[in-house]
Amino acid sequence: MRRPFAEFRRHASSRAFCYQLLVAGLALALVWLLVEQTGAELRTRGIRSGFAFLFEPAGFSIGESVLDFDAAQPYWRAFLVGVLNTLRVALAAIVLATVLGLCLGACSLTRNVLLRGLCRAYVEVFRNIPLLLQLLTWYFLLAEKLPSADAALNPLPGVFLSKSGLAFPWGGEVPAAGDFGIAGGGAVTPEFLALLLGLSGYGAAYLAEIVRAGILSVPRGQVDAAAALGMTPLQGLRAVVLPQALRLMIPPATNQFLNLTKNSSLAVAVGYPDLVSIANTSLNQTGQAAECISILMAVYLGLSLLTAAATGWYNRRQLRRGH
Amino acid sequence: MNIAGWKCCSALIAVLALTPLAAHAGKTLDLVRQQGRVACGVSTGLAGFSGVDSKGNWSGLDTDICRGIAAAVLGDPGKVKWLPLNSQQRFTALQAGEVDVLSRNTTWTLTRDASMGLHFTAITYYDGQGFMVPKQSKASSVKQLRNAEICVQSGTTTEKNLNDYFRAQGAKVRPVVFESFEASLKAFFSGRCQAYTTDVSSLVSIRDKEAPKPGDYVILPEVISKEPLGPAVRRGDDEWFAIVKWLVFALIEAEELGITQANADSLRSSPNPAVQRLLGSGDDSGRLLGLDREWALRAIKAVGNYGEIFERNLGSGSSLKLPRGSNALWTKGGLMYAPPVR
Repeated sequence: MRRPFAEFRRHASSRAFCYQLLVAGLALALVWLLVEQTGAELRTRGIRSGFAFLFEPAGFSIGESVLDFDAAQPYWRAFLVGVLNTLRVALAAIVLATVLGLCLGACSLTRNVLLRGLCRAYVEVFRNIPLLLQLLTWYFLLAEKLPSADAALNPLPGVFLSKSGLAFPWGGEVPAAGDFGIAGGGAVTPEFLALLLGLSGYGAAYLAEIVRAGILSVPRGQVDAAAALGMTPLQGLRAVVLPQALRLMIPPATNQFLNLTKNSSLAVAVGYPDLVSIANTSLNQTGQAAECISILMAVYLGLSLLTAAATGWYNRRQLRRGH
Repeated sequence: MNIAGWKCCSALIAVLALTPLAAHAGKTLDLVRQQGRVACGVSTGLAGFSGVDSKGNWSGLDTDICRGIAAAVLGDPGKVKWLPLNSQQRFTALQAGEVDVLSRNTTWTLTRDASMGLHFTAITYYDGQGFMVPKQSKASSVKQLRNAEICVQSGTTTEKNLNDYFRAQGAKVRPVVFESFEASLKAFFSGRCQAYTTDVSSLVSIRDKEAPKPGDYVILPEVISKEPLGPAVRRGDDEWFAIVKWLVFALIEAEELGITQANADSLRSSPNPAVQRLLGSGDDSGRLLGLDREWALRAIKAVGNYGEIFERNLGSGSSLKLPRGSNALWTKGGLMYAPPVR
């Protein structure tokens, strides 16, 4: 005769499943309890709570935005502008940091002593200075040393560089001098530039180390084999070494991309309207700290999970190709 | 990562949920007496309102209000714990019980009064939002700042006013918003923005204390908003609310009655019943507030009447040289008016 309880005890997997269900349930209950408790406490203390404010007009302007944003539009759209601004600077910085990191990592391994020394020095310096200091340095360097908008540098036709930022031809429009600075064409502010330079310069130093470690992990014989086949060092790097090194580089690089995205929240220090900056302003206009902070956490968690998923997919693809 | 994120999140919510509970035990007055100090939230440094010198001494109109409270409640104006707060931390610090009174050039608005778990007590300075531009700027009026980039600190009423004003003009502005006051100033003085905006009194203070060369900057004539500043207290403690409110009123009343830091003691024997009531030699006004009869006398002897506080920190006795303007007594064409202390 079958005894269900003994059956249950024997089946390790179903047992584990039940325990996990129990733990997940307890965790959810705890979260629910905390949310309830916070809400009740806020109500008794006369502090408005809830997410209804997201549909009220924001009432403040945002300095730069990918979307058109007007102060009459609701808070949720302001948050969206913040997310897009964060994504804009994070993606640009990831691309720039990757390119820079690859070059630096490869050059740390050249036989040219001067080049190698310079690259090593870069990595050591940029890796060991706190990012916030680097950001502030870039920002005040740009704001302090660039000429004012009336006397903008004009290094290329249609390209203007000044305290108001970098203006460049975009969408068939060429920028020209206006009342207050340069108008028309595409433009990025000094805040964006400082953040981009800071994030990518800092990220590149870490990525360079990952690239160096990845390349060094490929057995020396592979390089010799490539040379024996008559490949130049560069060809060998591209066709033999990098494809093998890449598989080892992707997981730590993912970590770096995640860090870089989260570090973009330091934007508030240099006046770039990223998600944190918008959330700060909203928090102050509405007084709803718990709600604004939970939106912030949810968005950064979501972005991190998405980045992890994307690089995870790429990693699995690389692994399949390798075998 | 996932689990760690949730742990962190729930820990934060726990902190948010539990802090007010802990801080809410017992009335503020009892707590202040028990701890022997008033926790006072001030700015991170704004000369004339709450500024700190190289020896760590705080001075200014906002700090004098806290000293007055400490003198009235504890008998010693020195028993104040100063907590410098930036504009984003200030309300949370008050809600969570970190400070007993927020005396930090904070504007009284409906949203703040009705939905942030706090009460504004009284107005200590009638201010308005203005603009500062470099002297060589093309703009001589705020109207000419269309499409200009304007440096501003986040967490203030100024961000919204800025937008309201220019929208009414059918124009746009591009705010450059900084989290820290210092960074916003540095950006403006390095020429990043065409203008800087905040309350006019702060502009005067900034120009005087922070500008590389004060003469290189001008404050435009327009004032675009009403910014009544004053101390705020947590909701839910009416007794403490009354003490802070009447402390401010007592200082204004003292000016109206001609009671100063110097003559307060000798005026105790004044024949004027209003003076007697305020100084505790007549009816006992302190008992109703849960204090003793000399509460106002001690405050006046510690910091002076409202006029003295103003002149010392912002007016003729300071480097800011701000005129009394709207902050003069109602009997002298200003708005300062205290309900009767009786």
